[in-house]
Amino acid sequence: MTVTERQQLSYIAAQAADARVNLEIETEGMTLNIGPQHPATHGTLRIVAKLDGEQVVAAEPVMGYMHRGYEKLAEVRTYPQVTTLINRIDWLGSFANEVPFILAAERLMEVEAPPRAQWIRTILFELSRIANITLFLGDMAVQVGAITPVFFAFRDREHVLNQIEAATGGRFHPNFDRIGGLKDDLPAGWVAETRGAMRKIRAFCDEIEELVEGNEIFQARTRGIGVIPPGVGLSYGLTGANIRASGVDWDVRRDSPCGLVHDQVDWKVWTHPDGDSFARFWVRLQETREATKIVDQLLDGIPSGPIMAKVPVIIKVPAGEAYVETENPLGVMGYYVVSKGDLNPFRVKIRSASFSNVSITPWLLRGVYVPDIITILGSLYFILGDIDR
Amino acid sequence: MGLVPGLVKGLVVTGSTVVRTVFPKRGVRTLVPAPTKGAATVQYPHVKEAPPTRARGVIALHEGNCTACMLCARECPDWCIYIEGHKEKAPPRRAGGKPRQVNILDRFDIDYALCMFCGICVDVCPFEALFWSPEYEFSEPRIADLLHDMSRLSEWMETVPEFEDYESGSVAKQLKVPPT
Amino acid sequence: MIGVLSELSYWQVTSIRVVAGLVAVLLVAGTLVYAHLFKMVSFMQSRLGPMEAGPYGSLQLMAEIGKFLQKEDIVPRRADRFVFKAAPFVVLTSTFLLLVVLPGGPDAWFISNDLGIYLAMAVSSVSVIGILMAGWGSASKYSLLGGLRATGQLIAYELPLLLAVVGVVIQAETMNLQEIVLAQANGEIFGSGVIGNPFIITQFVGFLIFMIAMQAELTQTPFDMPVAESELVTGYMTEYSGLRFLLFFIGEFATAGVFSAIAAVLFLGGWYVPGLDPADNLLNVLGPLVLFGKVVLLTFLVFWVRFTFPRFREDQLQRLAWKFLVPLALANIVVTGVLKVVV
Ligand code: SF4
Ligand code: SF4
Repeated sequence: MTVTERQQLSYIAAQAADARVNLEIETEGMTLNIGPQHPATHGTLRIVAKLDGEQVVAAEPVMGYMHRGYEKLAEVRTYPQVTTLINRIDWLGSFANEVPFILAAERLMEVEAPPRAQWIRTILFELSRIANITLFLGDMAVQVGAITPVFFAFRDREHVLNQIEAATGGRFHPNFDRIGGLKDDLPAGWVAETRGAMRKIRAFCDEIEELVEGNEIFQARTRGIGVIPPGVGLSYGLTGANIRASGVDWDVRRDSPCGLVHDQVDWKVWTHPDGDSFARFWVRLQETREATKIVDQLLDGIPSGPIMAKVPVIIKVPAGEAYVETENPLGVMGYYVVSKGDLNPFRVKIRSASFSNVSITPWLLRGVYVPDIITILGSLYFILGDIDR
Repeated sequence: MGLVPGLVKGLVVTGSTVVRTVFPKRGVRTLVPAPTKGAATVQYPHVKEAPPTRARGVIALHEGNCTACMLCARECPDWCIYIEGHKEKAPPRRAGGKPRQVNILDRFDIDYALCMFCGICVDVCPFEALFWSPEYEFSEPRIADLLHDMSRLSEWMETVPEFEDYESGSVAKQLKVPPT
Repeated sequence: MIGVLSELSYWQVTSIRVVAGLVAVLLVAGTLVYAHLFKMVSFMQSRLGPMEAGPYGSLQLMAEIGKFLQKEDIVPRRADRFVFKAAPFVVLTSTFLLLVVLPGGPDAWFISNDLGIYLAMAVSSVSVIGILMAGWGSASKYSLLGGLRATGQLIAYELPLLLAVVGVVIQAETMNLQEIVLAQANGEIFGSGVIGNPFIITQFVGFLIFMIAMQAELTQTPFDMPVAESELVTGYMTEYSGLRFLLFFIGEFATAGVFSAIAAVLFLGGWYVPGLDPADNLLNVLGPLVLFGKVVLLTFLVFWVRFTFPRFREDQLQRLAWKFLVPLALANIVVTGVLKVVV
């Protein structure tokens, strides 16, 4: 897989050749707008694809149709209010959005959540990862044409969402994380129920393995499609399962943990050497399994104690700046928080994983067929809210 | 052999789901088709699922506790709580004492068309006047009707469940819902 | 029935036939939509499907038809109006024409034609023209891509379909569908004539090829590249709305029913019930029901596969047809021919 430089060079050369051909012979390709309203873009992403027959000559993602201005909004909201906004960035794994921001604020305030809060935080973090990726596992199958798996995904994601709702009160937008701890403690019986949910998720993973991953048609559609060499992936800023599927063994949860207790449990980072769409699917499937194991182990060892550190009622964050990133379901998500000592953050820069993940599409989509566009986009797995913020 | 097993396995998975849905495990009655029991969905208007106790469905107002301090309205991220109040002199507690000042609530509206169900108002209220109720059936054909006024918000109080016990190992103090 | 009909005048016979044809197509299509698309698939996905319209949602299809009839019939501004409007009817015509040669009982059928199966195969490809018309006439890029894919695919799969049938024709020594049924009814297998000789046993390879090619002809997953809703919206149907979309929709299911009926006639013994005399008049009543039962069974397979598998890519699909199915079908023909001569 050391075609990195050669592929890049040939990309440049082909682009130049294209421009020349278009100028000289005036071949007229077809421009296909995939999106913003299109069944395959899970939201409002637009891909302008120049086609030659069914082959893509050039593809350009156009985003911003769902821009909600969270970075600016966060500047005029107090710290507790920001969490409820950023819940909506990656709407499938919302709790995971809150964590890096809260951690950054905690770092600025120099408080640390009590251990019980950290453990519960990590459990919910992994639960939202499961809720998010389960849907991907079903959705990927829809992108290549199988309809049933996504219903299985919706069915079994429900168990996880129920647990999140039982603990936080919100199915999709928990708003449960607070600076210095958590809003509330777990309700009685939650631990046992979550174990049951994890069992169901593992059964779901087995089902998906048989129904989708083992399916020869699925493999024929995804193997060797959209190969990202590790070097190219890294230079485009790919993170998360996308880069792990290219064989890069990098996981923020393990390599630079901060504030979460992943280092207390025994788990494994999955990688796949191929870097194609199938590898991305496979890595995510394994990650879901791994996440259920993490949750199970964490459930065993929740320490007792308070869930809130001592923080003032009115939160004023001292001046300073902090950057915290965590391994979110979609990839690395980071918040760079600058405070001037007010009630509001002075500036919040959100590094969301999907934005970087889709930026590779022009490179990746050249020369593929129209059906493969969808496969590749599906396997890169982005959430529109996470791109546009 | 490459082609067959994966495809067949897939068929088995979907086929067995059909069987599990139509013939859910119910002891001796398993052989009687009962898709309504086997399906993962419920037929909503006829059957209702009970949301968890903590579910953030609708905000209930305990009128007697509210002092019109405006904290909730100030902290609400999209400012959808409207409060008006005035001060009144109440008769003194003890005979011969000074008359007390009390805040009387004139208006307390929450616009659910704007509310994000974040729960900040319930959290910040220092007098335990706001509570979450898991009721969720309050959609309206007209968007203006989503503005719930004081009496409507107080009615929700009846649906507020008791706070649940905490999981073992917790040291958090359990709250009580005041009687209406 | 032909005996009875011959005493009536021409217009009476014709109108009876038209009504019978309409009933046969629409009733079957409706049942298939309800039983498979609404219910079976819902169960497959752990849900219930429509439950409100009629008991267990059985009138849902009526509600859907009502909905589609109310909708505006939109024609895109740049569309080729005539071609665009005519396309659904062309597709549906091919379905009705297919029905003509299908036998439902010893006497219950429309025309006796010695070229029966040949005619059926020829007529079935008329729908390609309709689809191409729809794809071209819509003036939409998605429709165009869908139409082109559909045409390529239907032409590619017509061949294995035809070749799979040839094996049956060799064994039955006739192309007349009625006589193919009789050949199965009167045949013997393993030295006993108890169940007749349904060709699925001797022509199992042919049956598999026929089912795969049929799946492709019907553009059902895994061969639904032309309508691939996650990439081409709905392919050649993208621009259609209202009644015309409904026609495409009904056409899809009616064609599934009719093709399954042909498969049932060719491989499962058609209307014949083992143990009865093939000339028994009872079979004129029982026959269509038996055939219908077999159709439901075969379409169940079609939809089971459809809702389980992902779809092929265009090139993989063509490769499967030309490199795998066609040679296999040819081999099947050779083996059948040799055995026919030797045995
Ligand atoms: S839940 Fe949030 S948005 Fe709704 S009224 Fe309370 S503070 Fe405002
Ligand atoms: S509800 Fe609570 S926070 Fe809001 S005005 Fe009343 S007492 Fe104050």
